[in-house]
Amino acid sequence: MIIPHPLLGPRDAQEFVYLGDASLMNRPDGMTAGIEAFHDWLYQRDNPAGIHRELWYHEQGDRSWLVVTRNTLTHEILGAELARDVARAMGRTK
Amino acid sequence: MAEPLHALTALGRPEPLDETIGALRLTERIDIALASLAVRKGREGDVAAAAAAAGIPLPDPARHAAGPTHAAFWVAPGMWFLEAPFATHEDIVARLRPVFGDAASITEQTDAWICLDLSAPDLVPLFERLCAVDLAAVPEGHATRTVIEHLGCYLIVHGRGAVRLLGPRSSAASLVHALQVAAASLG
Amino acid sequence: MTQTHRLAGGQIDRSRTLRFSFDGLPYLGHPGDTLASALLANGVRLMGRSFKYHRPRGPLSAGSEEPNALVELRGGARREPNTRATVVELFDGLEAASQNRWPSLRLDALAINDRLSSFFAAGFYYKTFMWPAAFWEKVYEPLIRHAAGLGSLSGAEDPDSYDKGFRHCDLLVIGAGPAGLMAALTAGRAGARVILADEDFRMGGRLNAETFAVGGMAGADWAAAAVAELGALPNVRLMTRTTVFGAFDDGIFGALERVSDHLPEPLPGRPRQTLWRIYARRAILAAGATERPIAFENNDRPGIMLAGSLRAYANRWGVAAGSRVAIFTNNADGLRSAIDLQAAGVEVAAVIDARPDAPPDAPPLPGIRHLRGAEVIDSAGRLGLRAVTLRHANGRTEVLRVDALGVSGGWNPNVNITSHHGSRPVWDPAIAAFVPGAGGPRGLVAAGAAAGALSTHGALAGGQAAALAVLGDLGLGARAEALPEAEDAPVSIVPKWHVGDGRGRAWIDQQNDVTVKDVVLAHQENFTSAEHLKRYTTLGMATDQGKTGNVIGLAVMAELTGRTIAETGTTVYRPPYTPVALGALAGRSRGPEFKPVRRTPSHVWAAEQGAVFVEVGMWLRTQWVPRPGETHWRESVDREVLATRRSVGICDVTTLGKIDIQGTDAGAFLDRIYCNTFSTLPIGKCRYGLMLREDGMVFDDGTTARMGEHEFVMTTTTANAVTVFRHLEYCRQVLWPEMDVQIISTTEAWAQFSVAGPNARRLLARIVDQDISDAAFPYMAAGEVTIGGLRARLFRISFSGEEGYEIAVPARYGDALIRRLMAEGRDFDAVVYGTEALGVMRVEKGHVAGNEINGQSSALNMGLGRMVSRKKDAIGVVLSQREGMVDPGGYRLVGVRPVDPAGRLVAGSHLLEQGAAAVIANDLGWLTSKVFSPHLGSDIALAYLRGGEGRIGQRLRAVNLLARPATETLVEITSPHFLDPEGERLRG
Repeated sequence: MIIPHPLLGPRDAQEFVYLGDASLMNRPDGMTAGIEAFHDWLYQRDNPAGIHRELWYHEQGDRSWLVVTRNTLTHEILGAELARDVARAMGRTK
Repeated sequence: MAEPLHALTALGRPEPLDETIGALRLTERIDIALASLAVRKGREGDVAAAAAAAGIPLPDPARHAAGPTHAAFWVAPGMWFLEAPFATHEDIVARLRPVFGDAASITEQTDAWICLDLSAPDLVPLFERLCAVDLAAVPEGHATRTVIEHLGCYLIVHGRGAVRLLGPRSSAASLVHALQVAAASLG
Repeated sequence: MTQTHRLAGGQIDRSRTLRFSFDGLPYLGHPGDTLASALLANGVRLMGRSFKYHRPRGPLSAGSEEPNALVELRGGARREPNTRATVVELFDGLEAASQNRWPSLRLDALAINDRLSSFFAAGFYYKTFMWPAAFWEKVYEPLIRHAAGLGSLSGAEDPDSYDKGFRHCDLLVIGAGPAGLMAALTAGRAGARVILADEDFRMGGRLNAETFAVGGMAGADWAAAAVAELGALPNVRLMTRTTVFGAFDDGIFGALERVSDHLPEPLPGRPRQTLWRIYARRAILAAGATERPIAFENNDRPGIMLAGSLRAYANRWGVAAGSRVAIFTNNADGLRSAIDLQAAGVEVAAVIDARPDAPPDAPPLPGIRHLRGAEVIDSAGRLGLRAVTLRHANGRTEVLRVDALGVSGGWNPNVNITSHHGSRPVWDPAIAAFVPGAGGPRGLVAAGAAAGALSTHGALAGGQAAALAVLGDLGLGARAEALPEAEDAPVSIVPKWHVGDGRGRAWIDQQNDVTVKDVVLAHQENFTSAEHLKRYTTLGMATDQGKTGNVIGLAVMAELTGRTIAETGTTVYRPPYTPVALGALAGRSRGPEFKPVRRTPSHVWAAEQGAVFVEVGMWLRTQWVPRPGETHWRESVDREVLATRRSVGICDVTTLGKIDIQGTDAGAFLDRIYCNTFSTLPIGKCRYGLMLREDGMVFDDGTTARMGEHEFVMTTTTANAVTVFRHLEYCRQVLWPEMDVQIISTTEAWAQFSVAGPNARRLLARIVDQDISDAAFPYMAAGEVTIGGLRARLFRISFSGEEGYEIAVPARYGDALIRRLMAEGRDFDAVVYGTEALGVMRVEKGHVAGNEINGQSSALNMGLGRMVSRKKDAIGVVLSQREGMVDPGGYRLVGVRPVDPAGRLVAGSHLLEQGAAAVIANDLGWLTSKVFSPHLGSDIALAYLRGGEGRIGQRLRAVNLLARPATETLVEITSPHFLDPEGERLRG
């Protein structure tokens, strides 16, 4: 597969490490959330046949974590964003 | 004070490698000091200004650029590797700290890498056996990380016939072996 | 022997003669020959025995679709079984041997299987070798393996090397026949970066095998001119002898280049084959079409081949496969073979045309009997064809004495690669064949015969149109130039799959010996879907993947079920298109080059000392260093341990991961990474840290030092250096992008040595320029020092339990530092200790390592529960408090000693109460790490034990049921700290 890196253009997926569902970005706050919330966040996943947002790490590249949108039925990659930008857009800024 | 320690190259030799295999000249560079420079949060402007004042280029993603004493290439968002002559900049971190103050995180990288200069009339036939970089298509000054025989390396393109490779120091022998074998296989 | 069957003409170089041998007999051929064409030229058509029935077989085809003519090529270690003689390029000195026969090809004992064929029908193995189950491994399998299978491996290591490579292009053209050449010309002339790949050693595809003209010249000449033009274009790369065998995601193609297969052995340094990963923005599949036979009784004799191949041998190689031939066809293309063979001087006895209404004069057959509505019903000849029996339209039968028969059942477009992503080919009744379906690999389009355009004009036009579309897509302007003139005969075909009622043996898949009868049986037993049919009968398996047989099998099944072929459907093709050697997939990564090696800075020195190295990850670490007279590893290890504890020992710990962490939030960041606190760590100090995963299990551990207000140096375990770094990037980019943290690995930058033992400080004081007295540099101090003015880092930490330091210098000085330490330490009897001694000392001290940090253990399990701080949000803290993980009766780390000091412990042994049966219900835990402690003079072990703290002092059994016989040792449970539990040694 080829992943369209937002900074580096098309790169072979062999350079990346796959983590999983991008919902992992929504980590609960460990000071306020309890075991149930952490459990659901860590273990409960959708398994969509179709569009899936997932985390990939450009380990053999610029070390960026990306949010890649992929169609699990066709492997077509519909986009890739820097995870840091996505996280900040989710409000993770000081 | 105790006696100074002697240095060995990444290949465990006293002298750097300088070898010709067919059309390829492979030269190990031990005369380059290397440091990483990473912008601290919100200090992009300060770093850019300090770099400009010191004549240190901070190129765009996937680019390498040379300045009067320092050359630099992009390695990650907000991070560059800076090259300087080892003879004058062995203590590269100590020399860069005053330039950037607390606006950047600076880490010595000199000994983390084996630095190899490759030259040949055309390096495309060699590199197409080594990595996925499209050497024939990338512009001069292209800098990227790539994988050569399982080893993560930085590749800096100074032309179709001139490439610099930075490979992990501990695997220097494996990397050089891979280059030698590939060069020999071109026949 | 002489080349008795050589005709005039062909694309062979008659000025040179090549010698080769087959089954030990010498023959002559010419450059340009394949092994099959050269053997046929010498009158040899018996080339192998079939897989199951050991039927005599000759080549069916003249290309990569060949099911029959499989030979062992070359001798010695280079012997390669199952090589298709039809694609082996002849070279001087070539040695080939037939396979699957004993004692000889002409007289094969197992040909008895043919007489017993009624027992060997489809499903025979499934039904027969079922019971008793115990017989399978010892009786049935060896028996079957001996009887079946084709060639045999040399058993020796492959002496050749294989390369891998990467190529990039705008357009990959797969196949260099008329469609591919035209596509490449169109795109190449427009300036696109083009790769044109063809499996053949001569580009041109069918143009090399045909007599008709293209652009007013012989087709082969037009092809040669096109290839010459393409070769002169700098933006076009021609890859002959290269099979594009698979389409992978997003325009990545696998291609195998047979760099040296046409040579007796590779030139020095050159690979045998190269596996290319081709990155193509667009691709055109111009792979042509493959002819298929018609099944009739005994249609597998040597001399019976595809009609198009019969004429290919005549036209391209100047070879007459027989002296008197007949053609059996259901379509107009078969007639071309008759015409070409007759023109070449071969007697053509008849064209047996299954089409009752075959149009007259299309094309004309001067002086050849054209038997419309006739069919071949049987053949004769023990080791090769002597005669065929045909049945005329009026039912009369006739025996025709011929020694070769060309059969054409129509042409199948080579759609294979279009279905590599799951797209199913669709049936096109107009040409009675499957054509590419929708939804194939993105960016790939089929053109020419591969797309079902079976005329030369159709191929040229299709190739041009596909290339123009690609150029448009890529924004490269181009105009349609006039196409060279070429034949554009329509397809005239009346589907004919097999002759007869299915009771005799009419071969469909000659490689797997699948007959019409087997398909009938599959139908009877309700294996009627295309996928079931394949697996039940083995139709379409093995090296040829059913290129000639699949569609016939499906058609017969369609007949039997009363469905159409479209309804029956086909199996989906998967890579590879033709076989790819495992050696090519491995490339250079084999033997000592399987993966790169990482060497520590003291490697050269250690090797000089005769160190024994062990691979840890990719690192080569010193395991122990034997001294003269030491004959057993334990002697060396015991000595290293005792010498370290007595005086001073040195160990290269460069392999531990080192990560530089800077930024104004570095301390706060570490508080979230480690379950214990780092923000409070004073500058110039280090602390042991424990990292959890979010599920609460321990991830990694190590010592992290604070070098400045905003600057830390983290140490990870050797094994987890990469994953910890990845995790830190994840945390700082994805989880907490608001934090000001920068990280970079410095593992490779520093040579780091552990110096441990009562004399460690005295030794270091001789080397380090600064005062490192206990007052100036106390336990857990960290800081920058110099050695003869050279920058160095010193950490006062210990894994061994002794007063210990780790000292680091820039990696280039690592060799000098170890030499300096050993020289200065001579009067202390300083030793170097390896990973074994390190392991002994850490078990003696009760430190956890990889065996305890096994991914299933928490801080509490390790006796480190108090490190988990609830005052802050850190990875893994919340879920480490789950009910099951805080069970007071859960596993705890303990020490284990045999009650009898001479007793032996075995790592992995399970702990049981005395008197309890060794069953899982009674299991209390297991020994994680075991060493011999020279200090205590007995085996000791660490263990996870249920309710461990409460059991200290108890006696249990350590049982190992995996040993034969099982072992059992009475043990005492102790604290995991076997040595100096108060840590007095550490503080010196």
